[in-house]
Amino acid sequence: MRSDFVAQLIIEMEANPDIIFLTGDLGFHALEPLKEKFGSRFINVGIAEANMVGVAAGLALAGKKVITYSIASFMTMRCYEQIRTDVAYHNLDVKFIGVGGGYSYGDQGVTHHTIEDIAIMRALPNVKVVCPGYSWETTEATKALLRDTGPVYLRLGKKIPPTFAVPTGPFELGKGFILRTGTENDTKKADGLLVCAGNVVHTAIEAADILSAQGISLCVISMPSIKPLDTALLIESTTNVRGVFTLEENSVIGGLGSAVAETLLASDAPKTKFHAFGLPDKFIKTVGSREFLSASIGIDAASIARTIAEILK
Amino acid sequence: MVVDTKKHAELSKLLQKDILDMAFNSKTGHIGSAFSISDILTVLYFGVMNIRPEQPLWSDRDYFILSKGHAAAALYAVLARRGFFSPDLLAEYRIDGGKLHGHPCRDAAPGIELSTGSLGHGLSVGAGIALAILNKTPGRVFVLLGDGECNEGVVWEAAMFASTQRLTNLIAIVDRNKFQGFDAAGAVDLMPLEEKWRAFGWDVQTVNGHDTVALTAAFEAAKINTTTGCPSVIIADTVAGKGIAEVENTLLAHYYVPTEQSYKDILTAIYAK
Repeated sequence: MRSDFVAQLIIEMEANPDIIFLTGDLGFHALEPLKEKFGSRFINVGIAEANMVGVAAGLALAGKKVITYSIASFMTMRCYEQIRTDVAYHNLDVKFIGVGGGYSYGDQGVTHHTIEDIAIMRALPNVKVVCPGYSWETTEATKALLRDTGPVYLRLGKKIPPTFAVPTGPFELGKGFILRTGTENDTKKADGLLVCAGNVVHTAIEAADILSAQGISLCVISMPSIKPLDTALLIESTTNVRGVFTLEENSVIGGLGSAVAETLLASDAPKTKFHAFGLPDKFIKTVGSREFLSASIGIDAASIARTIAEILK
Repeated sequence: MVVDTKKHAELSKLLQKDILDMAFNSKTGHIGSAFSISDILTVLYFGVMNIRPEQPLWSDRDYFILSKGHAAAALYAVLARRGFFSPDLLAEYRIDGGKLHGHPCRDAAPGIELSTGSLGHGLSVGAGIALAILNKTPGRVFVLLGDGECNEGVVWEAAMFASTQRLTNLIAIVDRNKFQGFDAAGAVDLMPLEEKWRAFGWDVQTVNGHDTVALTAAFEAAKINTTTGCPSVIIADTVAGKGIAEVENTLLAHYYVPTEQSYKDILTAIYAK
């Protein structure tokens, strides 16, 4: 995903001389092409995220379009007040790129697990939150956030090859995509709806495949734009399903699951069963890779399929 | 630059009267922090800065950021008296349904470059603006910080960044009034402040922050010093609650709300100087 982002960004920076890129001393083996190509428009501000965001705000106030880059936990939490006060409050053209969301840096330990970023970034007025799940969404999200003139948080995970047909329609912030209808061309007759965001799309598809083999149909929607949320698609897709499920690599508090639940409860959509799959409200101190940690907390495809089958029984 | 000290003194008094009116009208504090910078703002807005009140977003302008946002009343007063907006607006300071917050909001009135209030933000943002306009416009960026504000770690992140980027168009002013929220400044030891800034790669001057001639000379020298490739900091020694006998140089100056009698007494004292 990071390479998709960088490849698209090179195109965007070549076309727009007002784009400035700031990194908080990260990007080894990823950002070198940007550094080589754009010289003074690529600035390593050092290991100082709070200052990076303040500087970004100043550049944006003087007419630049600014990208800030760090590991997701540091990009959001280390400088949250600068994001709120300097950028969101002023509604400035600054993009925050957080790499390695969720358990991407699994074995690096809890400091590098980013489980709260979606919730806290979603809480900020004026800030859009985008979590692409695979290559096409990453490229399109990069284009879309640079078209946007306000603050956007882009959360990137590990590169995931799609195991499904990529949507052909245009990508816009605030738009979700049906990846599986669950039944032939009629989402309204699926047994359940699974909404996912970020680099768990493949897990959602895999879970839908497992359930399909058991005769349970699941409509799968990728919702890369968590804020604004595609509420129309969500509500429409909820009609006639028996259960709504969400999947994300973020804490179950405040992320996609919360956004979906808040939207549906406030709508006229019929009441259904609901379950949010995500990261538990605790620090996972077990040592292991992303896959190992995900399985240990039950957000692997097999566990998700099992839980959904039980709920829809 | 020839300094009309008499005119500056009169303007500074007018700002202090405005600040006093705002505090009395709204029954709110932070008067001490506003009084301590009234001479600095007078010198900047009526002498040093290249600005166009009728065209507040003029692209070649000098920028001013009040990083110690709690002294907002002084900023509002100087902007009003310099012609950015009508002094009538000052009556809307910190009252229900009013237009002027206790800390500056960029959208509230023309001339406010940055919304501040949480300490430690201004120097980073100022550095960003300075970087964007360096060698592209003649503009300079002035950022006013409190001495207590220098407790914030991000001030020093910004200081390192600015000297690394050789932001010669960035001028910080530290209002050293020697008081902060709960104590005399020094709750965390700031000294030697000059040497800290110097060690971070800045040109450093120390002046009496109530001496308009010395302040003007320091700002002129900061301009000359752009040849060194360093950003400049002016450490302005000031008096918290300057001119308010009851609270001058005390922690109370930060929180003091004038009564009707003290309002009259302070007004008399301002104009007796």
